[in-house]
Amino acid sequence: MARTESQSNDKFAGSWFWRYASPAAFFPLAGKLEKLCWALAAVLAAVGLYIGFFVAPTDAQQGEVYRVIFIHVPAAWMTMVIYMAMAFWAATGLVLGTRLSFMMSHALAPTGAIMAVVALVTGSLWGRPTWGTYWVWDARLTSTLILFFLYMGYMALAASFDDKKKGDRASALIALVGAINVPIIYFSVKWWNTLHQGSSVRPGSSSMAATMLTAMMIMTFAFWFYCVAAALHRLRTDIIERERNAAWLRDTLKAASQ
Amino acid sequence: MNTKQKRLALIVGGLSVIAVSVALVLTAFNQNLVFFFTPSQITAKEAPTGRTFRLGGMVEAGSVKRDGINVSFRVTDTAQIVPVSYSGILPDLFKEGKGVVAQGTLGEDGVFRAKEVLAKHDENYMPPEAATAVERAQKAREMATKTLKQ
Repeated sequence: MARTESQSNDKFAGSWFWRYASPAAFFPLAGKLEKLCWALAAVLAAVGLYIGFFVAPTDAQQGEVYRVIFIHVPAAWMTMVIYMAMAFWAATGLVLGTRLSFMMSHALAPTGAIMAVVALVTGSLWGRPTWGTYWVWDARLTSTLILFFLYMGYMALAASFDDKKKGDRASALIALVGAINVPIIYFSVKWWNTLHQGSSVRPGSSSMAATMLTAMMIMTFAFWFYCVAAALHRLRTDIIERERNAAWLRDTLKAASQ
Repeated sequence: MNTKQKRLALIVGGLSVIAVSVALVLTAFNQNLVFFFTPSQITAKEAPTGRTFRLGGMVEAGSVKRDGINVSFRVTDTAQIVPVSYSGILPDLFKEGKGVVAQGTLGEDGVFRAKEVLAKHDENYMPPEAATAVERAQKAREMATKTLKQ
């Protein structure tokens, strides 16, 4: 692995990607990014929730219960986006042999799984008063549940190998194969008759009142920054664990504590 | 091709094979993935007979008749109509002119006997004032077309 990295360093000398593909170079950068993302997530969530709960009007049909979209929709989007990011880093790791890429993938998985749970639970609580049921086996709900199981399978497989490199490769395959489920989730409401309604927000158009949409988009950015911050935090922990014997880590941590 | 390109080709190739097979499987199971059948499909006898399935569409305006807990209404997809009978509690969002999904069986007489009725929500989110404005605009348009026809 180290061989491939040094070879590539010669070829792409000066390229930022290869510089930061090294855990030693990325560790301090990740620390800075993490702090920035936590701050942005907190500010945006405060603004988004305020607009969502105090400024946005009541919905004509659903009443107050519609306000679950300010959590439900961003969480559902994030669980799909994170899976695609996970698959992307898994593919990068398999092709380029960069260990940091696999670690990125591992760092994203728990957050993605949490987002899936949030989307499923909030959707279920909304479904009871709106549809008249907590759960139905329609294409949208079922494919999202499958995505949650894919996250769990990915994490279980990655953790089941004593040799971390083997775990990296095996779990990367689940990440890649499972990625096919993401477009199925997204288009399920279009391809099949589902109880779940179609998309209110599509590229270029929306069927929502402006303040509702504003609050939802601000919450979406808050979720983005939260997810990035959580993943970076997990990534740094993973780097510390895997590189615990490396000299650079000792130096970096010593420098940070002083 | 160097090793990296080979690995990339292998991954892209493998994924496309899996994607195609998933597409084929989904097409093959298309019937079972359908959450509900529309009145047009039922009229065309595409819905299963003798077993439980779901019917989906709009509750036809003015068709809801309540008698205690027994309710009857008609479900339409603007082309065909299927009458439904049901006894039980309806969800809050059940309304004339709104989406509905009912689970039950189709009787010999063509009446759908529902065991469960769910409201299908649409993707529009708007404040009540906007909804009233939209309704008013629709009524005005209907009036205009009527006047033009006369």
